[in-house]
Amino acid sequence: MQAEASALDGGFAQPVFDAQATFRAIMDAMARPATVMQVDPRAVPPAPLQSLAGAIACTLIDPDTPVWLDSVLGDNEALRAWLAFHANARFVEAPAGAAFALVADPSAMPPLGRFAQGSQEYPDRSATLILQIESFEGGAPLTFHGPGIKGTASMAPLGLPSDFAGQWDENVSRFPRGIDLILIAGDAIACLPRSARLVEGEN
Amino acid sequence: MSILARCETRRLQGLWAKLGLDPAYKLLRGPECGLVMLRGRTGGTGEAFNIGEATVTRASVKLDDGSVGHAMALGRDHLKARLSAIVDALCQNVETASLINAEIIAPISRELDGADEKRLMQTAATRVDFFTMVRGEDDAS
Amino acid sequence: MYVSVKGGEAAIDNAHRLLADRRRGDRSVPALTLDQIAEQLVLGVDRVMSEGSLYDRRLAALAIKQARGDLIEAIFLVRAYRTTLPRFGFAEPVDTGAMLVERRISACYKDLPGGQLLGPTFDYTHRLLDEALDGDPEVEPGETREGATEPVSRIADILGGEGLIEEEISGNDEPDDINQTPLEFPLSRAMRLQSLARGDEGFLLALGYSTQRGYARSHPFAGEIRIGEVEVEVFMPELGFAVPVGRVQLTECQMVNQFKGSAKVPPQFTRGYGLVFGQSERKAMAMALCDRALRAGELGEDIVAPAQDQEFVISHCDNVQATGFVEHLKLPHHVDFQAELGLVRTMRTQFEQAESAMENKEAAE
Repeated sequence: MQAEASALDGGFAQPVFDAQATFRAIMDAMARPATVMQVDPRAVPPAPLQSLAGAIACTLIDPDTPVWLDSVLGDNEALRAWLAFHANARFVEAPAGAAFALVADPSAMPPLGRFAQGSQEYPDRSATLILQIESFEGGAPLTFHGPGIKGTASMAPLGLPSDFAGQWDENVSRFPRGIDLILIAGDAIACLPRSARLVEGEN
Repeated sequence: MSILARCETRRLQGLWAKLGLDPAYKLLRGPECGLVMLRGRTGGTGEAFNIGEATVTRASVKLDDGSVGHAMALGRDHLKARLSAIVDALCQNVETASLINAEIIAPISRELDGADEKRLMQTAATRVDFFTMVRGEDDAS
Repeated sequence: MYVSVKGGEAAIDNAHRLLADRRRGDRSVPALTLDQIAEQLVLGVDRVMSEGSLYDRRLAALAIKQARGDLIEAIFLVRAYRTTLPRFGFAEPVDTGAMLVERRISACYKDLPGGQLLGPTFDYTHRLLDEALDGDPEVEPGETREGATEPVSRIADILGGEGLIEEEISGNDEPDDINQTPLEFPLSRAMRLQSLARGDEGFLLALGYSTQRGYARSHPFAGEIRIGEVEVEVFMPELGFAVPVGRVQLTECQMVNQFKGSAKVPPQFTRGYGLVFGQSERKAMAMALCDRALRAGELGEDIVAPAQDQEFVISHCDNVQATGFVEHLKLPHHVDFQAELGLVRTMRTQFEQAESAMENKEAAE
């Protein structure tokens, strides 16, 4: 039971308030695409899942939202147990079957098009990907425009797939279908809903 | 866990108090109330379908010695879930397990079985004993 | 002209206060306790649990008290409460074969293993009001009988051996949930059963009755009705196995219907199934009749009656939805009505003009 115990520590101390605060942070970040915000992470998951990613998992995931883990996270039994215990997560093997994906190594992740895209009738039946990146600085600069962005917003996330700009353009072209992204680096979060378009020519 | 889930909170509290155990513990999760979807099968044996939900309360605790206990029971009783989880954690230890079995589980189990037995006997009293009065063919002859 | 207005806040507050006052009624009469409702109005509690789609006796009792005994209002309260709780997961399908039976009857076989167990039934009462209940008369406990309990087998097990009745083989264990999946007709049987299980008892009863009166050509037998408690088990990932979390009382009905067979299937009996929370055999029977009628399509029968029409039955069986739409007519429709009023006036003017034109024409002739 000792090994199990370590996997069971570190959930929300105050589930209602912690989930509300984290939800508010995600909502704000989603409403202001490509804007990096600081969030107080309120969960302590086993490594290599970051604290903020753990808190987001506890906030958004439930038994009705199947979860896909990349191999770095999926091979970690303690982490799976933690997510099952604190987020009531149910795991799926195929990316297309997931409502949420947790990715520790975005550079090696499947193409965005392989996740659930939703349908024309139900665009909400699509996946939200939670990506742990290295930093919001030092990567290839990306500039976005669209709803929720006054003018343009720029960031330079480090650790995304090398062909990310092309993949994102494809994702945007599928609108209203498409996936949404939550990027995390340390205690910082930035979101890219499918409505955030890359500014042409600058990337 | 079946016994703890079905017992009355007050009865559990009473037996627990008599035992005089008071281990230090930390809550890992809960006690929290939520829903589980209950399922049946078509025709009793066929494909599964959802009947409707039920309230459940669950709790998980870790004692200072590291042992972990879980509990889940129908209803919205936080105290029962917490106490059941502590009892479950204590059962990880062989010595306390036998004590708990003897002092808590066994008596509650006996009471629950007794109640079941009484209900079965009451139902049995409403069983129809058919007896033949007059046979149709006898009439005709 | 329509002028937008605001107001009524004080009136609403006072109406709610008056509602609370009337609910409590005469203060010299002791207030109802939830224990009294849960113990002595059990079947009302069962109906609220079943149609509220939430098994929790105390919550249902509270809802009945708060709703002043209006069961549909109580069901609405329970449905609303239910949305505030997180869902932890799904229970394993219950095994009604292992039910701790309190009542079991079959209209198909006189002698069947386990026997005919009448249990606490209204059947065979004379429906005469008992004025003694105006007080609190001493009530004897139920009679007991020893050595008469034996395993209670299912009707299908008796008929199944000869292939006389369709088999129900376990399959899909991940049924869609009507709470999560938008309704797209035709629905799977699992989704229909879930809708029927929380459907309005009166509506299903009337539809079931209609199938008996010829609107769906069904000639059912109550193969078996059983009431009792079953164990609920929930898989806990942290333990890696399913644990029992307590028992719930259910009513199960197996209706047996003749089926003339098809090119592929020999004649045999088919089944309609009902399973509801608590003790409610009227609801379980009505549900089983409706379930069988709704299977018309898959059994290759003509769809000629309302009870066989999925969209009609499922879209209208939920009394919370139904009451919402019917009762919304009470809400202010001032703008709509002004528009209609204008329209009717215009039409009347046109009518009068046409009429006087006709008269003038006749006069001229």
